[in-house]
Amino acid sequence: MNRGPMGGGGRPGGGPMGPGGPMAGLGMSGQKAKNFRGTLFRLMGYFRPELWLLLLVLVAAIISTVFNVVGPKILGLATTRLFEGVVTQFDPRVGHMTIDFGYIGNIMLILLGLYVLSSIFSYIQQYTMAGVSQRVVYRLRREVEEKLDRLPLRFYDSKTHGEIMSRAVNDMDNISNTLQQSLTQFITSLVTVIGVIVLMLTINWILTLVTLLTLPLSVGVTMLVAKRSQRYFASQQRALGELNGHVEEMFTGHRIVKAFGRERQSVEAFNVMNDELYKAGWRAQFVSGMIFPLMMSIGNLGFVAVAVVGSVLVTQGTVQIGDVVAFIQYARQFSQPIAQLASFSNTIQLAIASAERIFELLDEQEQAPETVEASIAAPQGHVEFQHVSFSYKPEEPLIVDMNIEARSGQTVAIVGPTGAGKTTLVNLLMRFYELDSGRILVDGVDITKLPRSELRKMFGMVLQDTWLFNGTIRDNIAYGREDASEFEIIQAARTAQADHFIRTLPDGYDTVLNQEASNLSQGQKQLLTIARAVLANPPVLILDEATSSVDTRTEVLIQEAMLTLMKGRTSFVIAHRLSTIRGADLILVMNHGTIVEQGTHEELLAAGGFYANLYNSQFASRGEPVEEAV
Amino acid sequence: MIRLFRFLRPYTGWILLVFALVFLQSLANLYLPTLLADIVNNGIVKNDQGYILRQGGVMLLITLGGAIAAVGSAFFAARVAVGFGRDVRSRLFTHVGKFSLHEFDAVGTASMITRTTNDTNQVQMVLLVMLTMMLSAPMMAIGGIYLAIQQDATLTWTLAVAIPVLVVIILLVMTRAIPLFQAMQVKIDKVNLVLDEGLTGVRVIRAFGREPYEERRFDDANLDLTNTAITVYRLTAILFPFMMLVLNITTVAIFWFGANLINTQEMQIGALIAFLQYAMQILFAFLMISMLFIFLPRAAASAKRINEVLDIKPEINDAKETREAAGERGLVEFRDVTFSYPGAEEPALSRITFTARPGQTTAIIGGTGAGKSSLVTLIPRFYDVDSGAVLVDGVDVREQAQEALRAKIGFVPQRAVLFSGTIAENIRYGKPDATEEELRHAAEVAQASEFIDAMPQGMQSEIAQGGTNVSGGQKQRLSIARALARKPEIYIFDDTFSALDYTTDANLRAALKSETVDATVLIVAQRVSTIIDADQILVLDNGRLAGIGTHHELMESNEVYREIVLSQLSLEEVA
Repeated sequence: MNRGPMGGGGRPGGGPMGPGGPMAGLGMSGQKAKNFRGTLFRLMGYFRPELWLLLLVLVAAIISTVFNVVGPKILGLATTRLFEGVVTQFDPRVGHMTIDFGYIGNIMLILLGLYVLSSIFSYIQQYTMAGVSQRVVYRLRREVEEKLDRLPLRFYDSKTHGEIMSRAVNDMDNISNTLQQSLTQFITSLVTVIGVIVLMLTINWILTLVTLLTLPLSVGVTMLVAKRSQRYFASQQRALGELNGHVEEMFTGHRIVKAFGRERQSVEAFNVMNDELYKAGWRAQFVSGMIFPLMMSIGNLGFVAVAVVGSVLVTQGTVQIGDVVAFIQYARQFSQPIAQLASFSNTIQLAIASAERIFELLDEQEQAPETVEASIAAPQGHVEFQHVSFSYKPEEPLIVDMNIEARSGQTVAIVGPTGAGKTTLVNLLMRFYELDSGRILVDGVDITKLPRSELRKMFGMVLQDTWLFNGTIRDNIAYGREDASEFEIIQAARTAQADHFIRTLPDGYDTVLNQEASNLSQGQKQLLTIARAVLANPPVLILDEATSSVDTRTEVLIQEAMLTLMKGRTSFVIAHRLSTIRGADLILVMNHGTIVEQGTHEELLAAGGFYANLYNSQFASRGEPVEEAV
Repeated sequence: MIRLFRFLRPYTGWILLVFALVFLQSLANLYLPTLLADIVNNGIVKNDQGYILRQGGVMLLITLGGAIAAVGSAFFAARVAVGFGRDVRSRLFTHVGKFSLHEFDAVGTASMITRTTNDTNQVQMVLLVMLTMMLSAPMMAIGGIYLAIQQDATLTWTLAVAIPVLVVIILLVMTRAIPLFQAMQVKIDKVNLVLDEGLTGVRVIRAFGREPYEERRFDDANLDLTNTAITVYRLTAILFPFMMLVLNITTVAIFWFGANLINTQEMQIGALIAFLQYAMQILFAFLMISMLFIFLPRAAASAKRINEVLDIKPEINDAKETREAAGERGLVEFRDVTFSYPGAEEPALSRITFTARPGQTTAIIGGTGAGKSSLVTLIPRFYDVDSGAVLVDGVDVREQAQEALRAKIGFVPQRAVLFSGTIAENIRYGKPDATEEELRHAAEVAQASEFIDAMPQGMQSEIAQGGTNVSGGQKQRLSIARALARKPEIYIFDDTFSALDYTTDANLRAALKSETVDATVLIVAQRVSTIIDADQILVLDNGRLAGIGTHHELMESNEVYREIVLSQLSLEEVA
């Protein structure tokens, strides 16, 4: 079965179910970074080329925030002057209002200037940051891609597809979002909090104290909620994962569910999981949904405290009314950045954990560096294995001291009950894996001395898992030779007996293969890979004889095309046909991935070993009627 | 989106409660500045400390009341939204369960999964946002405007300028940004696709030395995405500073004009302070509403996809009155059956007539696209025929209850599908009450015992989702064991054996023979050797029955069959 559509690489719908915004960090729970400081510094290293811009961001953020924070204090001065003007009407000596509009007007102009400047700097900051953060992510992404090119096949075979995708996709997304939003948010929040405290202190320390009383409350509530919500979100994610898994299984296995009459059980199981998800889900949403109104209420609390205490102080004459008005604004401005700062620690933890996973990938051991000590001008396709030992896991030796020689133009048949051997063979010949000991020679040259690209160009592969990709038929045939002309492509398709069926397709050579190439039959796909090999014209071939899922007429075509292709080339054939096996110059008998016997057909039969057994059992299974019929 | 809200009906009471609580909460938030105005006007100006403290007490109570209402509304909103999500999901899943393969083909399995999981979550999330933040925003806006007018009608014109300016800038930016955000999503998908292809095709790419090409392709996609991301973030960068500017200028304007009003005795200073607070709350409310524009398009798209699925009427339903098939056990008859896939020009099967009897093996052979698999999927009624009839046990399958019909059949599909769970659970899938003994036996016959026993936990070994931890051949054998454990009247093997190597294939068929003595067996096959012993062989050619008979009969009389046999045998050189 294919990797499910949700499997591994899928984006889980853009994060958990919680609403985004400033509290998004509360929702997620992830592993903590192992080396927080190291990873943080390493991530910061990516900002080095942007250092000046980053500095600009920082300065702009500070200026814009400071200007913004100063506003209420200046407005407070105006309020005080206004109030003084108003109260003169109660003064028997004056008896009417004496509002100093000149002073107030000046303050208004100053304020307007400040606010305009603040907004301009805020814009500069956001504008610059957009470029900085996206470029950092771009570089990181490119580095991952380049790294993936240098990783050995061993890495790909030991990790699941989903694991690698999740790092390259989800973790990258996470970093991108954090850099884009949280970083500047963090700076402005921090500056706001500090600025507000400083300005409040310059006005009145008692009122400052009253306002700050709400501080531990906000921090405490945020922490408490964050902690609980993480737990609930974790169980919600778990329930969601289980449910998604079930849905995926039931939908992909729909036919079986129906055939075996299990619809009811499937729905029952679904309902149980769905209920679990509900129970975990509403708690998670409730707890995380609470934070915003709670912060607002705490803000209100501060507001009330300042209003009451401030008013009392005004009546006592210790503070001015404008100061109270300023404080009221500060009290309101205070709770939001506090909540952001509190959730920031969580956000940054997650981002650093993501960065760490990406760095882990970047630090993976790379394949042995390229050496260009030798080159083969006109490859003949003489392949030799000399004392080759190889294993995927050190504790399980697979191939021990193997010697094979295939002369130019010879056919080597690989026979055995399972196909596991062929992957290994391809891995070694193409140098996807390095040998434990011994060496492989092509035309007398150790393959580790050749550039990988040159080595691999010498091999053509026509395998059952057909290795086509998303693109037109023309591109697929020309995959091994970018410079191939239209004529050569069609010629290759003709040789491979593929031209006819390609022309019956509505778009001919321009037919686009979809991702799983499901718009072609198995046999047709194999014909395309043959055409590709014909065009690439390699001296050595690795072929897979078609058996399953190919109808008999196509099979004939494939067989004929393969025979044409094999002429004059050294061929390693995963053989199913007795004709191929018998005609081979060398037969390698494989079992459980190891070569158990080698020799010609006659030699092996005479030896009476595994091959003889295999041969007899297959021959017998076809039974007498066949012989009778022919 | 609106149409999905019918799922909210059971929650009407709770929703009203949320409305009420949000209303109370908004009221509390709005009332505080009013009280403050009173404190300034009556307390400070008249120097009445007792009044200040009394009012302060009232304010405290209101704050607490507001907090309680807020927590309450969050509680009920969460229950409503998540409950809604649960109900939609459950409805979808149950509905999709009734689909025939036809509907699955039409929508696509992957898309069906996304709709049930991601799209539902998307809609649920937006509902929650609407119930919590978006609900209070209009209330705050309207309430704020009302109270502002109460405090001073003449100053309200500042708002009448500020609000439209705010709305226009939000609309201007958003109408440009939303398509860009969508384009960005497409480009993210593109980057991931290239990456994904690079991972799946790593061997091909390296074999053909195409790393530089792939790297270029990735870099193009990466750069493209980065440029769009920078454009969109730079565009939206204007939003926040501009909104702050509007907010701040409004404050300044209110203060200046308020001061003038105070000078002419038309306004009190407390009212001015309160008005400033209202203005802030109103403008913030509008900011909130503008956020809705970000969420809504995505949710609307999701809701549309969900509705599409819910609107599909399953084509295959049980007849109103079902008949129990009590005829000969295992008898399968095709009477002049013609069948075409929806939308196809040519029928996949035309005028097929044959009878498969219990105790016999009926084999079906033919080229790719000849209609072999289509033919056998008609027996469990995965599809309905265009004309003619398929009868099982003497009764038309359309007149039988689907469950009863399928209970007679052991179906082994071309591509084995296993479910997560133990091996035992998988084999027991079709017969929940199967004994340990029966499971062992089924595994034995299916040639699966050897590898099952080799596993550390034997029958209790876990199968991973999608059966990824067993090989293709092993999966196929477990799938056969599953059908065997059911002891059905009819076995259908849809090209089951070609995934097995010759030895296992031969052993398996030998073991099957004794197991299926009384049953009707239908085998779809590619290899002649697999079906050579069949009691009757149907030869299909382009959806038509080109011949029917035993191997010998067909060899003599049937050109198509002879061609198939000769092509295989000459290649295999058995003679």
